[in-house]
Amino acid sequence: MEDLKIVNGIVYDPLNGIDGERLDIHVSGGKIAERAKAQRVIDVKGMVVMPGGVDIHSHIAGPKINMGRRLRPENHRTAPVPKTDVTRAGVGGGLSSTFVTGYRYAAMGYTTVMEPAVPPLMARHAHEELNDIPMVDKGCYVLMGNNEYIISHIHELNKVENYVKWLLNAAKGYAIKAVNPCGSDNWKWGENVHGLGEKGVKFDATPKEMITTLSEVNKRLKLPHPLHLHTIDLGVPGNYETTLETLEMLKGKRAHLTHLQFNCYGGSSWKDLSSEAGGIAEKVNDSKITVDSGQVIFGDVTTMTADAPWQYRLYRLSGNKWVNNDVEVECGGGIVPYRYRKKNSVNATQWAIGLELLLMIEDPWRVYLSTDNPNGGSFTSYPYIIKLLMDKKFRKEELSTLHQNASSTSLPDIDREYTLGEIATITRGATAKSLGLKNKGHLGVGADADIAIYPLKEDIAKMFSKASYVIKDGDLVVGKGKIISEKYGKTFMLDFKEKVEPDPDVREFFKYYTVDIENYPVEMAYLPRYEAIKCG
Amino acid sequence: MKFEHVVCPLCGCLCDDLELIVERNEVISTKNACALSRSMFLNLNADLAKPLIEGKETGIEACVDKAIGIISKADYPLVYGLASTESNAQRKAVELAELLGGAIDSTSSICHGPTVLGVQMMGEVTCTLGTIMNQADLVVFWGSNPVDAHPRHLTRYSLTPRGLFTPRGRKGRRMIVVDVRETKSSKLADRFIQLKPGTDFEALSSLRALIKGEKIDIDPELKELAEEMKSCEFGALLFGQGLTMSNGKNMNVNAALALVRDLNQHTKFAILPMRGHYNVTGADMVFTWQTGYPFAIDFSLGYPRYGPGEFSVVDLLSRKEVDVALIIASDPVSSLPAQASSYLSEIDTIVIDPNRSMTSEIARVVIPTARAGISAEGTAYRMDGVPIRLKKVLKSPYPSDYEVLCKIVNGVIDGRSKDS
Repeated sequence: MEDLKIVNGIVYDPLNGIDGERLDIHVSGGKIAERAKAQRVIDVKGMVVMPGGVDIHSHIAGPKINMGRRLRPENHRTAPVPKTDVTRAGVGGGLSSTFVTGYRYAAMGYTTVMEPAVPPLMARHAHEELNDIPMVDKGCYVLMGNNEYIISHIHELNKVENYVKWLLNAAKGYAIKAVNPCGSDNWKWGENVHGLGEKGVKFDATPKEMITTLSEVNKRLKLPHPLHLHTIDLGVPGNYETTLETLEMLKGKRAHLTHLQFNCYGGSSWKDLSSEAGGIAEKVNDSKITVDSGQVIFGDVTTMTADAPWQYRLYRLSGNKWVNNDVEVECGGGIVPYRYRKKNSVNATQWAIGLELLLMIEDPWRVYLSTDNPNGGSFTSYPYIIKLLMDKKFRKEELSTLHQNASSTSLPDIDREYTLGEIATITRGATAKSLGLKNKGHLGVGADADIAIYPLKEDIAKMFSKASYVIKDGDLVVGKGKIISEKYGKTFMLDFKEKVEPDPDVREFFKYYTVDIENYPVEMAYLPRYEAIKCG
Repeated sequence: MKFEHVVCPLCGCLCDDLELIVERNEVISTKNACALSRSMFLNLNADLAKPLIEGKETGIEACVDKAIGIISKADYPLVYGLASTESNAQRKAVELAELLGGAIDSTSSICHGPTVLGVQMMGEVTCTLGTIMNQADLVVFWGSNPVDAHPRHLTRYSLTPRGLFTPRGRKGRRMIVVDVRETKSSKLADRFIQLKPGTDFEALSSLRALIKGEKIDIDPELKELAEEMKSCEFGALLFGQGLTMSNGKNMNVNAALALVRDLNQHTKFAILPMRGHYNVTGADMVFTWQTGYPFAIDFSLGYPRYGPGEFSVVDLLSRKEVDVALIIASDPVSSLPAQASSYLSEIDTIVIDPNRSMTSEIARVVIPTARAGISAEGTAYRMDGVPIRLKKVLKSPYPSDYEVLCKIVNGVIDGRSKDS
């Protein structure tokens, strides 16, 4: 690893208040340094320099994405990726293979990606795949919102706290994830929940109790990232009322509502589905909540979530092939291929809502760019979304090609255009901050030297799709949008500062598992390179 | 020395509750192991492979070097097997196939390959084994005989255990066996339906029609079965090679998958393949995350192509398309059709395996290894996809499959850089 000096770039580093200044960046020992004895100087005159991108929510590793890959050879056949002297072969459709996932993120200047939905029983699998994703640092969130131990101890906060801590450590996870809390457990009996106060089929707990419990535990454990919530009633017409109720319930608390676009629907049926993004954005503006958008992209996608009853509904709607997997004690999940169509009124409205959220939530530190890859679309669509945010003319042109219902949203009236500084915020600065990753998302002294350098181009989408240079941990890994050297990043886990032992009744509860509790926790062998982030 | 919570590296059940007593690097007793597992653990030293070149015993380094030499000169090599090793070896094997521009296939292509094809056509409504334990009140074994093939399946997962919502265990569960012949499993069943060979597709499709409310003239037993399936609280259909390897193959699986999917409009029902080798599921997993495809993959164009029937082991060998075969942790000579396996003795066949096998008998090079799950750690994926860490309980004088494959990959790369 040699020292580097990156000179003459126009730097956007929102966490350090730098908004388009011509500055030199020094790199030494894989970190941003005050001054480096640079043997190598990279002149990036006229180019834009940003911290490496940090994706807070992208399904890239583990049983679900892999089942999706296995389900859809038709998706890979049109997107072969040959090996090169420095990179492995693979496939790069909407369900890219692990190596290709890493390369594609790096080519766009992303250097940290979080896998957001891992069943703890399958966490080893997720880590195995993360270890085969080069170029980026990574971590995973642990599914807990339908965990039958938590559900059956919902009123015993101390027990839940101890269990959550043990489970995060056992799965070597980074954050608590809840997906359709209590609803996916109901799906084990063919049901769902509707509304925050509904009780489960087999248990007393309600989604409201689950969300407040996990949010409280998250606070008590002082986890770096807030509760990462895929809330209930996702995807359903009229669900905005539940979303508003959820936001009200979490008022004053820390929480992250993910792919919120899917929870902003008015109307009472698919025929009259409408956007309620305005009211939701207002409520978000008025809270401490952070969100990511969950933009949909027109074309073929593969939907996959731990919201198993929603996936069943989507299967019944679309008639496409359907995978469901009910995981003992912990969760479930489903997969359904889907096509978002421009001329479909619902899809067009969904597209508009994603942008409304990004444009109407005022504080860029609290709304992040995502497609819920691969659900709304591939992460490779980020440059296109950035262009939509930065270029109102382009946005209007796109809108004019869609079903007219997209124009009944407030999108046509929004004139806001993102600045490069704001783009840097929603794609790196703010996401790193929300994750509590102090050495990511900025270019201050001591930060990991993850740097993305973009050519300043008139076409914003082109600019962000191929970085001119990417530096990962101080090494030059991308040149002109191509991988020039392969590098493996680290996995983030949590440091609880003390040994975490399960409560005796967790041991007792393991009789409902088919794996021995001694064989359950993920061994450190699965994290060959890691950084443990201190809680508190 | 006593080892507890040991994972059994034999069948797709991956039971993880074994206790072993080891003395002088030998397992002298087992607890909780089934008859198959006990016999394996107590006879680990029988039939161990030796490093051989052209049948002559030599050192392991010489064998690895010989293998590197053969492989480096190969025009179109096949990497095959991998069902009985851990995932790091599987990862390295894909890397090797890619590096060589060869083909890679696992034993999936001769057991549950049709299952994969069925799933790719229509999806799969499934669950983990613990969900069956916790919830199922009806289990249907179709073309599978767990008593003989997966001896502890019934007691650990699917029939007798008491789970979260199944406090009565066996008493609260109905077991149905559908097969072409009586088996030890069918004798335990509450209902046994004997089909004429080759009529699985018809029976499954008829059940599906019945469930959809169609009136068809059919065996009253199937009508009763349809009713039972529809009216259970949580059902599971567990199928084996009786379905995947009999006439109709993937179409049989397709019919079973469709039946189970449609049952979910009435109740909850799941379907699971009874995978045989302990980590054949892992081979599917690793191949898929690295290449997008689960088996029968070709790299001759520099990128992965998927071609069951084209790049699958039986086809590549019987069409004599490959010139070198690297067989890892598998015994194709004992399991492939003669037309395919006989070709292995005509070409340069290299075997990496802890044990002697029919394939090692005909191989040009035999590289013995430390057996995964006995003398090497690693990950295996249970038949339902649950990943479990294999343990090391005995020492082996030999490197692991993974270590050997690393040496081969490095050797091939070094050879090329010297040439260029």
